[in-house]
Amino acid sequence: MMDLLGYGAFFLTTALIFSLVTLGLNLQWGLTGLFNVGLAGFVAIGAYTSALLTTPDDAARLGGFGLPILVGWLGAMVVGGIAAALTGMATLRLRSDYLAITTFGVAVVVQLVALNAQKLTGGPFGIGFIPRPFGSLAETPLLFNLSNLAVVSGVTLIVYLALAHLSRSPWGRVLKALREDERAAISLGKSARFYRVQAFAVGGAIMALAGALQAHFTGFIAPDNYLPILTFQIWVMLIVGGSGSNLGAVVGSILVWGIWAGSGTLTSVLFAPEQQARAASLQIVAIGVMLCVILLIRPNGLFGDRAQRRFGKRAKAVVTKTSSGS
Amino acid sequence: MSLQFVVDGLLTGSMIGLGAIGVTLTYSILRFSNFAHGDFMAWGTYATLAVVSAIGATFGKVAPIGPLSFGWPLLVALVAGMAFTALLALLLDRVLFSRLRSQGQAIIVVMASFGASMALRSLLEFTFTSRPTYFSRAIQIAMPVGFGIRITPDQIALLLLTAVLVLGVHLLMTRTQTGRSMQALSQNAALARIVGIDVASVVRVTWVIGGALACVAGVMIGILVQIRPFMGFDMLLPMFAAAILGGIGSIPGAVLGGLIIGLAEAGAVQLIGAEWRAAVSFIILMAVLFVRPIGLFGVGER
Repeated sequence: MMDLLGYGAFFLTTALIFSLVTLGLNLQWGLTGLFNVGLAGFVAIGAYTSALLTTPDDAARLGGFGLPILVGWLGAMVVGGIAAALTGMATLRLRSDYLAITTFGVAVVVQLVALNAQKLTGGPFGIGFIPRPFGSLAETPLLFNLSNLAVVSGVTLIVYLALAHLSRSPWGRVLKALREDERAAISLGKSARFYRVQAFAVGGAIMALAGALQAHFTGFIAPDNYLPILTFQIWVMLIVGGSGSNLGAVVGSILVWGIWAGSGTLTSVLFAPEQQARAASLQIVAIGVMLCVILLIRPNGLFGDRAQRRFGKRAKAVVTKTSSGS
Repeated sequence: MSLQFVVDGLLTGSMIGLGAIGVTLTYSILRFSNFAHGDFMAWGTYATLAVVSAIGATFGKVAPIGPLSFGWPLLVALVAGMAFTALLALLLDRVLFSRLRSQGQAIIVVMASFGASMALRSLLEFTFTSRPTYFSRAIQIAMPVGFGIRITPDQIALLLLTAVLVLGVHLLMTRTQTGRSMQALSQNAALARIVGIDVASVVRVTWVIGGALACVAGVMIGILVQIRPFMGFDMLLPMFAAAILGGIGSIPGAVLGGLIIGLAEAGAVQLIGAEWRAAVSFIILMAVLFVRPIGLFGVGER
């Protein structure tokens, strides 16, 4: 019973960290319509920044400043935000696909740096001894898991409320206006690019914060945590929950992580150890097909709030003119 | 610094360029970045490998052609693999992309291609495991050709094949009615429809060319490097970078972009080490986007 409760707390903590990334993505895609397929890179930037700031001094690599955890989190947000802003500035005046390709490239490069800049990131061995909040409770796993859950829930709640406030604020209304009808918004004197770079930077900062949270929760990070599969999982979470809705982002994350973890447990029970790797790839196939099917039959997800539904035919008529169908 | 990097760069550049032709065609005619293109490459290579093994099982060991490492089975298999990859691309368009395209939101199609890419790649991993395989394990003797450069017969053959294919596609695009229809559609879709261009058939030709060339690029990687489920996915960034560097929609641009990136990668391997190779395409990509976003041969966005 206590084990189950402990696992539940552990599961929810992980799911909420995912939901934090999804919230950041929802600000970029759901609210602003910016397509980021390299979010694993921004999560990694956050995790490594925070780890470098807070770990004790290490002779093998640079840094290890031993700063408080909160400083690590803030540092992660600042660096993640700056990285996202730079990416946005390079691409946001171009067609939206360029942003996709560039963010993909950012993730590749971050992965490369994590793997090869041994002096900074510990290379393939990663970074250990990352201080954990309530680390003194680690002897009693249940208490430790519950207190971590409390911390992560608190942060998620703050980000959630802040985002809810932002999307209702004049700033959020400008973003929505840009998403719905760029020309109209520009004619009202709003700089599309400037607002988009801001939204992209804030989203990147939230993703980086999630990365930092995860790093401090597990106490160890390695380049393998930030493969393209992470980007993919988050996208499925957002699409299932419904892009545009913060509630959808959180519910979708918990739901998809539940399916993912559940099917992982199932495959480990059903398949022999030497078949595990193959079973894991089948799991990814299933999720990939699921994403495509949802896009086909219910692009709005559970709580979706995208233009095409509310404006129906009108929005459709506008977009078909600019794109080519067969 | 030895000049050997020129040969390595031209070879890598040919692989990137052949793949980038497909990327640039889908981008300019169907108006979306296809993240599954790299996985077409890997699927084509595994299909070719399957046919080679099937021929090997039927006819026994076949002697290679002259000094090359492969014989006629690989050539037959390559044609079969190209046809298979083209069909795969057509099929994916039928069940997924065309339906989403008709909903009119380009970025949703990109997202679907991202999902399809993940599913296709993992399906390969499931079927063939992630262990690398090879067409042939024979080791070729590289011939010195002066200036400290050495080249193997396989490498010469593949460079020639690339040149022939690129020339063929270029002639197709500029000299035939189909090619002109493709250009018309990429320049102004609405107008192309009005003058009675059969959009559906142009879309099919786009997928066939893109898929077939992706397969050739993949088989080149298979012959010169190794076959892995991730082989195409790792080529995605260089291919996108080449297409953007050359100018979206331009086939000579995609090939030239591929060669530039290939040479830059090979040069970087000599100067700063192989582990940073993948960063080269990203740096070139960012530089192009900042300095000349329409690329070398590009025309402005419409």
